[in-house]
Amino acid sequence: MPPNINVVSLVSIGRHPQSGRARRAEQDGRAVELGLTMVGEALTVLHAGNPQNPVLRQYAGMGLPSLTVLDQASSCDAVSVLLRYLRKNPTDIVLTGVRAERGESSGMLPYLLAEQLGWPLVPKVAEIVSVQDGKADVLLALPRGQRRSVQVSLPFIATIDNAAPEARQSAFGPGSRALFSIQKGDNLADDAFMEWKISPAKPRPKRLKVVKAKTAADRMKAATAKPVGGGGKIMKQESPEEKAQAIFDLLLEEKVIR
Amino acid sequence: MMLDWLVPTLISVLLVLASIGAVRRINLWRAGQAEKVNMLAGLLAMPKRYLHDLHHVVDRDKYISRTHVVTGGGFVLAMVLVVCVHLFGVDSKILAWALLAALVMMFCGALFVYKRRINPPSRLSKGPWMRLPKSLLTFSITFFVLTLPAVGVLPEGFGGWLLTLVLSVLILMSLSEMLFGMTWGGPMKHAFAGALHLAFHRRPERFGGGRSTGLKPVDFGVGVSAKEVHGVAKPTDFKWNQLLGFDACVQCGRCEAVCPAFAAGQPLNPKKLIQDMVVGFAGGTDENYAGNPYPGIDLGHAKGEPNQIITDGLIHPDTLWSCTTCRACVEECPMMIEHVDAIVDMRRFLTLEKGETPNKGAQVLENIIATDNPNGYAPASRTHWAADQNLPVMKDVKQADVLFWVSDGAFDMRSQRILRAFVKLMKAANVDAAILGDEELDSGDVARRLGDDATFQSLAKRNLATLSTYQFNKIVTTDPHAFHCLKNEYGDFGSDALQNVEVLHHTMFLNRLVKDGLLQLEPFKGGKVTYHDPCYLGRYNGEYEAPRELLASLGIDVAEMERSKFRSRCCGGGGGAPITDIPGERRIADMRMEDVVSTGASMVAVGCQQCTAMLEGVVEPRPVVRDIAEILVGQLVEATSISVKEEVVHE
Repeated sequence: MPPNINVVSLVSIGRHPQSGRARRAEQDGRAVELGLTMVGEALTVLHAGNPQNPVLRQYAGMGLPSLTVLDQASSCDAVSVLLRYLRKNPTDIVLTGVRAERGESSGMLPYLLAEQLGWPLVPKVAEIVSVQDGKADVLLALPRGQRRSVQVSLPFIATIDNAAPEARQSAFGPGSRALFSIQKGDNLADDAFMEWKISPAKPRPKRLKVVKAKTAADRMKAATAKPVGGGGKIMKQESPEEKAQAIFDLLLEEKVIR
Repeated sequence: MMLDWLVPTLISVLLVLASIGAVRRINLWRAGQAEKVNMLAGLLAMPKRYLHDLHHVVDRDKYISRTHVVTGGGFVLAMVLVVCVHLFGVDSKILAWALLAALVMMFCGALFVYKRRINPPSRLSKGPWMRLPKSLLTFSITFFVLTLPAVGVLPEGFGGWLLTLVLSVLILMSLSEMLFGMTWGGPMKHAFAGALHLAFHRRPERFGGGRSTGLKPVDFGVGVSAKEVHGVAKPTDFKWNQLLGFDACVQCGRCEAVCPAFAAGQPLNPKKLIQDMVVGFAGGTDENYAGNPYPGIDLGHAKGEPNQIITDGLIHPDTLWSCTTCRACVEECPMMIEHVDAIVDMRRFLTLEKGETPNKGAQVLENIIATDNPNGYAPASRTHWAADQNLPVMKDVKQADVLFWVSDGAFDMRSQRILRAFVKLMKAANVDAAILGDEELDSGDVARRLGDDATFQSLAKRNLATLSTYQFNKIVTTDPHAFHCLKNEYGDFGSDALQNVEVLHHTMFLNRLVKDGLLQLEPFKGGKVTYHDPCYLGRYNGEYEAPRELLASLGIDVAEMERSKFRSRCCGGGGGAPITDIPGERRIADMRMEDVVSTGASMVAVGCQQCTAMLEGVVEPRPVVRDIAEILVGQLVEATSISVKEEVVHE
């Protein structure tokens, strides 16, 4: 793999599901891990927010000599400032988690960046196999351990799935020694976000699963087999218009749009 | 006669060479980090430390202790007199006779050393150590013959030039071993380095019957430059007196004989580890090491230099992670070398600097950081186990006589049975007790043994801050690991939260309640019972009696295992060993259960939730495992009910 590509991993402040404490976000950690295995210490790790946040040291403890922080208040939106950075600095691959662990957690950030930059977005990546001649071979994570191989041209944005290799252990010493390159962020407050009220989510009732299997083999099959959907069809040969029409029809049918 | 000038010359030349060697050796130690030692007090205390503390440990093997007294004593006396008689030529028949007596004494001792080496036990190192008895015998015989003319038994010049020549060669051979070898790395090095090690020991509290088992904290504070590497990466990162301590090793292998990891076939041998440390700070390879290797790792491939990273070629990290920190090696070492300190120092580097804690280590540390417990449970669920216990929480009552430190057993269903049993006993005795509830955090024991002293110190400081807001006289815990941290390790962080507070293990506390007649107990009528000493209660804190007295109060005559009390074999659960899980040929817990079975006991009493988990993890059929609190609860006569249901022991 050529080390002369510029890889940027975007990291956010995570939230431990049990304690609610700030931590290295699970998927962002994997994005850093993937970046480190690709280009080693040449990796740029980028965070938009408070440079004093101690969680950033947990990312740095993965063996990063430095971390770039776009200094801005946590109430500010990250998209515009990240856009500005990515436009200014030559970048080939942007790695990020699928969604943040706190805040809106909508998973929209990589899409918004890709839209503004006009780059392709590769969702739920398990592995970047190789990068050659301006193209990358990427494995996407599908349910039940399946993978889909796609080829994408640089530059692109990839969101990293939980199927990607786990983030390496964060070591205290290197973490506390890493240097922070702090750049000025935005002062644009995210007004929409400020107006929102945040309350704890109610656990959704779980659908009862009636296991009809009589034998262990049947149960094994029920647990591992791919659920066979009743409807749906695979469209490969059709024109883009036909495909779009099919999606539109489905959305109408499901009453997503009226 | 020729010998008139030859003998003094030989002695002086070898004394000079020995002094040069001593300076070189001292410089090797001085390459270590600075550590404040009261030199004068140490040197003055050294003879007593040697004659009392060291001898006390050696004396566990009567054969070698007597042999050593006679041989060593004879040699020291003889050497002083040799210098007087043969170097300075003091013409005194009394001195000469005294020299002969000392040499005879040494000769007798050396005969027993020789006998020991005819068919030596496997734990002893061979190689150069095999020639030591011969050198001792040669020394005593040669100087005996040489001294005979001085007392007038033989005429001056007896034997002519042939005898003179033979004696000169023998003098050279034996003195090379005894003087030259002492400072140039021969077997006699143990006498030179050992004496200084006793004088400048890093834990002087251990002498005179004291105890010092708490790990030394890593200094993260002000004054430590941010560039500094934490833990021990290179041999020169050890304190200078730690290096000196490694050099004191006599390779007797007592540590190897008691090491549970070595017995389980994991790649650790404490004796080899100490020898590798010597290879590290002196430079070289382990080719000349003549003892048992680390199980599964061949000799001759380890290379070390004073400024080389230890885990890059000298020691495999698995060796360091195999240790259960049971302290059996330290307890058994006649030279009082601190193996566990060294291992944790090197683990600190691997965890804090390299982020290479093996297997589940990284995850456990991450959980502790994020949730204050090793398994990542919700901190708010810490008190769920006590939902039906009606226990006062410190936040509400602010003060109590006894603070019950619950420990992370709160999250484990098996350990909760121990907790409930203990609470029931406290209630029966009307103890004014309270818990911290969700304010309690992990004690930090596991984080510290896994080398993450930053997390340990953070937990310790936060726990101390919580403790300092409440009033209590005693703090009691069912977990010997938490007990050890609270009692011996929390004192380093400048808090007065535990000042004037008695830290007790639940067996100690219950023993008091029983002695004060606060608990009505029926005699135990089950089968034979043995008791397993937890390392962190026994060797770390010297508490062997309270659990036994409690069992005796139930009329139980403990069927002792061969390895009990200070020689107790570890269950395999300490030092984060179940987390790092280094493969071996056997499991330590299985070996301990074999010890239990060999007593014929149908129940093993324990005083530690970790030991309970490890021993209950052994496949059945095996004796049942019960915490002492659980056994007591079974025999508790409750004031309200006259007929007490007896819990069936045989399940």
